[in-house]
Amino acid sequence: MMVTVKEFSKEEYLLKGHAACAGCGPAISLRLLFKALGNKIFLVVPACCTTVIQGPYPYTSFSVPLQNVLFESTAAAASGIVAALHQRNVKDITVVGWAGDGGTVDIGIQALSGAAERETDFIYICYDNEAYGNTGMQRSGATPYGAWTTTTPSGKRERKKDMPLIMAAHKIPYVATACPSYPIDFVSKLRKAKEIKGTKYIHILAPCPTGWRYDTGKTVELGRLAVQTGLWALYEIENGKFKLNPPSDRLIDKAKRKSVKEYFALQGRFRNLTEEDIDRIQKGVDEDWENYRAQTSCSASDATLHGKI
Amino acid sequence: MAQMIIDTANHIAGYAAKAARVKVVAAYPITPQTTVVEKIAEFVEEGKMDIEYIRVESEHSAMMACIGAAVTGVRTFTATSAHGLALMHEALHWASGSRLPIVMVVVNRAMGAPWSIMPDFSDSLSQRDTGWLQFYCADNQEVFDTIIQTYKLCENERVFLPAMVCLEGFILSHTYMPVKIPKQEEIDAFLPPYKSGWTLDLNDPISHANLVSPEWFMEFRYMIQEAMENAKQLIPKIDREYRERFGVEHGGLIEKYRCEDADLLLLTMGTMGSDAKIAVDNLRKEGLKVGSARVRVFRPFPTEEIGKLAERAQMLTSIDRHISFGMEGFLATEIKASVFNRKDKPLVAGYIAGLGGRDVTSGTLEKIAKKSLKWMRDGKVEKETTWVDLRE
Repeated sequence: MMVTVKEFSKEEYLLKGHAACAGCGPAISLRLLFKALGNKIFLVVPACCTTVIQGPYPYTSFSVPLQNVLFESTAAAASGIVAALHQRNVKDITVVGWAGDGGTVDIGIQALSGAAERETDFIYICYDNEAYGNTGMQRSGATPYGAWTTTTPSGKRERKKDMPLIMAAHKIPYVATACPSYPIDFVSKLRKAKEIKGTKYIHILAPCPTGWRYDTGKTVELGRLAVQTGLWALYEIENGKFKLNPPSDRLIDKAKRKSVKEYFALQGRFRNLTEEDIDRIQKGVDEDWENYRAQTSCSASDATLHGKI
Repeated sequence: MAQMIIDTANHIAGYAAKAARVKVVAAYPITPQTTVVEKIAEFVEEGKMDIEYIRVESEHSAMMACIGAAVTGVRTFTATSAHGLALMHEALHWASGSRLPIVMVVVNRAMGAPWSIMPDFSDSLSQRDTGWLQFYCADNQEVFDTIIQTYKLCENERVFLPAMVCLEGFILSHTYMPVKIPKQEEIDAFLPPYKSGWTLDLNDPISHANLVSPEWFMEFRYMIQEAMENAKQLIPKIDREYRERFGVEHGGLIEKYRCEDADLLLLTMGTMGSDAKIAVDNLRKEGLKVGSARVRVFRPFPTEEIGKLAERAQMLTSIDRHISFGMEGFLATEIKASVFNRKDKPLVAGYIAGLGGRDVTSGTLEKIAKKSLKWMRDGKVEKETTWVDLRE
């Protein structure tokens, strides 16, 4: 399923003149989303930065049909669209929910959990910029420990909610993480998700220069650093089988991961981190990776076992 | 031949959804609505309804799923009560703002706290300003007929708005009554296939419901107001057409009973309208000129018809199964507003009765009428709002 950049569609369905901030990670992700899935999609968007990116009435910067819906309702509205398409016997349209982290991990988690439990046939993508960006950077459940937001002026004191694993607990056929800094990985995962029946969940870390307080030219670099430091791991869970994807699959050995300090140094939102905070975060990252290692070896032995049978 | 069945209003609502050939039902259970969604589940399992039945995880999601289905071009149905309706509140605005002809049964139940599962109109009337049409039914036949009628109305290109068909919990929802159900082909002839103003379309890839600047927003709101006015014109016509085809009608906007020569009119909504007829008959036997006007449609409000009733009647008394705290019952307010600019305006008195399922009998209404007649003769309303049968 792995694609190369040469295989990317030349078509642009995110049009020029969209209203995203310069260097917007979600806008890069949107462009890749359309390149991966084409324009036979119905896009469902709740209140989020994409409400603004698409542009105001009577304009749109997307050349796909888009339904704006209430903040907490992306997966519920998508359920209705999927049901109606099924009743109309339409089979060639992919329904895509596209929501921010607040709309997914906080206010939208109930509708999403319900849709996943009902095995709704759609792709849900959470583009995570780790705060309520559209309202001016307030803390969300996806904001990481230590990060400044307008409602945590001295830094958040709790850890980031692990939404991909929450979705994996629903035993849906496909869960994946991604980052627009790794476009081939992201596009491959979208194409794979399109071919799978049932609920597909993809969680992308989408750097936000406005909220994270970094130079707008460094979005791709920031995403890479998030992955290279191990703060964000690229993986997929297909029918319960956990698999790290490149380059994260080479980072199980702690020595190969960059220090989290490199990632923090570029961002104003982490300016107030103390050495103690950084130690604590590094410890959390190392714990996460112990978990990834355990899951990887568990899935590997499962595969071996299945191979023997 | 039409079929005569004896069943509860909730089951009848299920029969109506089936007869209307809805394609997507998204619903969440709440007392006393539950038997509506159970009946539909039964139809689906028996293969009598070919629908997508989405058993959602909340009422908010029920309405949003209906919105999703409606924008994808199919007829949708849902039902709820009280707190479920309140949870939907935000989505109700989204449905009407998106101009989607969704029909929802509201099995009226009092809003808590404290908990009550018994009826009053505090749930649906709290949604007065959401841009939904609101119908209030007096019996099970009317529940069936109104559901069929509202699909035709809401899918009219001059309307394209959603509608609530309200019926009182337990008084109707769990009460068996005979109901005439027309043949499917006759219903199909009356109610054409689903039509909406727009759908999501690959060939017309636009953003729906995106940000609208102040330059445009008021026009969108004005169009909803216009649609409500259009609905007011269409409701009596559709009710008459229904009578011509099926031999039964429900009075259009207002069901009037012995109003022609009445000095005093009792204005009610829902099942209280049936008790009001009995009260009127009893009072007439005593030579008292009283009539009953049951407001069947609360939104759009039949202002003009109320005005016409005020030409003859000297006094209008509203009995509200509802209270707008800090003011009075909504029906009283709307009636006063409807007659305010008339030269010879009648007296208007308001009564609050039947909250949380407190019984209201024809006897109660007769007492209210006699007190109103006294005030009418004195030419003065002694009390704007009177709470009926209140414990001291």
